[in-house]
Amino acid sequence: MAYSEKVIDHYTNPRNVGTLNKDSKNVGTGLVGAPECGDVMRLQIEVDDNNVITDAKFKTFGCGSAIASSSLATEWLKGKSIDEALTIDNMDIVEELALPPVKIHCSVLAEDAIKSAINDYRVKNGLEALELPKSHH
Amino acid sequence: MELPIYLDNNATTPLDPRVLEAMLPYFTNKFGNAASRNHAFGWVAEEAVDYAREQVAKLIGCTDKEIIFTSGATEADNLAIKGVFEMYADKGNHIITATTEHKAVLDTCKHLEKLGAKITYLNVKEDGLIDLQELEAAMTPETILVSIMYGNNEIGVVQPVKEISAIAHKHGALFMTDATQAVGKIPVDVNADGIDLMAFSAHKMYGPKGIGALYVRRKGPRVKVTAQMDGGGHERGMRSGTLNVPGIVGFGKACELCRLEMDEEAKRLSALRDKLENALLGLEESYVNGNKEHRLPHVANISFKYVEGEGLMMAMKDLAVSSGSACTSASLEPSYVLKSLGLSDDLAHSSIRFGLGRFTTEEEVDYAIENTRNAVNHLRDLSPLWEMFKEGIDLSKIEWAEH
Repeated sequence: MAYSEKVIDHYTNPRNVGTLNKDSKNVGTGLVGAPECGDVMRLQIEVDDNNVITDAKFKTFGCGSAIASSSLATEWLKGKSIDEALTIDNMDIVEELALPPVKIHCSVLAEDAIKSAINDYRVKNGLEALELPKSHH
Repeated sequence: MELPIYLDNNATTPLDPRVLEAMLPYFTNKFGNAASRNHAFGWVAEEAVDYAREQVAKLIGCTDKEIIFTSGATEADNLAIKGVFEMYADKGNHIITATTEHKAVLDTCKHLEKLGAKITYLNVKEDGLIDLQELEAAMTPETILVSIMYGNNEIGVVQPVKEISAIAHKHGALFMTDATQAVGKIPVDVNADGIDLMAFSAHKMYGPKGIGALYVRRKGPRVKVTAQMDGGGHERGMRSGTLNVPGIVGFGKACELCRLEMDEEAKRLSALRDKLENALLGLEESYVNGNKEHRLPHVANISFKYVEGEGLMMAMKDLAVSSGSACTSASLEPSYVLKSLGLSDDLAHSSIRFGLGRFTTEEEVDYAIENTRNAVNHLRDLSPLWEMFKEGIDLSKIEWAEH
């Protein structure tokens, strides 16, 4: 199966690889997936006082599409408010990266990672956790 | 050196140019049907088939009458197992095989289960070899066949076939082996090994695709299988269908080349394989899968912990290898062979199989080492698991989100 150019681009030059201080109050961390399933994503956001995401970092264990999905997610998150970030849908990622059907779960994982990071931030800052839809796969 | 480099010789091998040369006339001016008994075109084809049959037989130490040509090893596996099940139905219905067999054997056995066969799937030990005591304990008076592969396609381990056949025979069962990965690579002698039926294929030994054979013992005991393909009664009635003459000629030539060059080639390949393996084991947290002593000379299966195999292969973009990871399959299940060794799913997902071959050069191996090393390091820089491991976090204690 051939990868799309955009997947190869994100895979070869992943954006925003790295680690934010997970103990910091304005950092939210989402760790989703499982090693047994062959993919684990850790996505982190740094949020300013106006609820705007100023920085985003990721590290991913997984296939090229999983790495590309999380790399793309960090790009999209930067500059968005938390509420805007919640509207990112996995199918947007599928479309942007031209993921084939067998790789849709990678985009689902990226969406889960975004929501999980936002919830971590919310809970840290005294807000209630949002109800997240159960994992789709 | 041309890129990409082919290191997937367990999947298939390139056709040796000497084989192609032998085959070419049989596509054009020597196109006859080997079953045409009444004109020169048929005789020429028949003579070529007879000659090739001898070349094939010589490689495995049998007589030419014991070779049944098929379309490949999958068909030969089917013919052997289904054919024995039918032919020996009044003797019993029990077949013993192992969990690490090729799907051509496992799925054939599953099919027979629906038809009333009892199948025992032996587990393997951590090193991929079966436990002979377990085999002995599984034998029953109804056991008609033991089917254990010679060399494994994913990890390259070589089963103790002599001991296995002795146990099968002691209990009155036949011994069949899928030797697709072994024939032409290491010495296989059906008499020394006590083999009654053996499947193998040309395209794994620098011959063409679409041709293989089933060895069927004729003496001590005389083994019979019920045909699975009915028709003109070719191949002593066991496999009807017009013979693939160019394929058979190529198969014969490929067998002859393997027989003449195997000793030297096995030495060369195991030295290259060891070089590759030792260099890559220099990377932290990398492990060889399968027994290192009893295995084929050209295969190395290595897990690089904390990186995922498919992602890794993408970074090894100049190398054609394969992975035990199955991120592309609908089931997302990693290799059942690696899981049978007791490997955890994450290590199975992290595995890469390197399959060297006749045309692999040392320069290519050096390149492969460098490319793999860089790829593993690149992906570990991206891996949250690697970071956690480096921080001393016990990954088995983390509650991973189910997905």
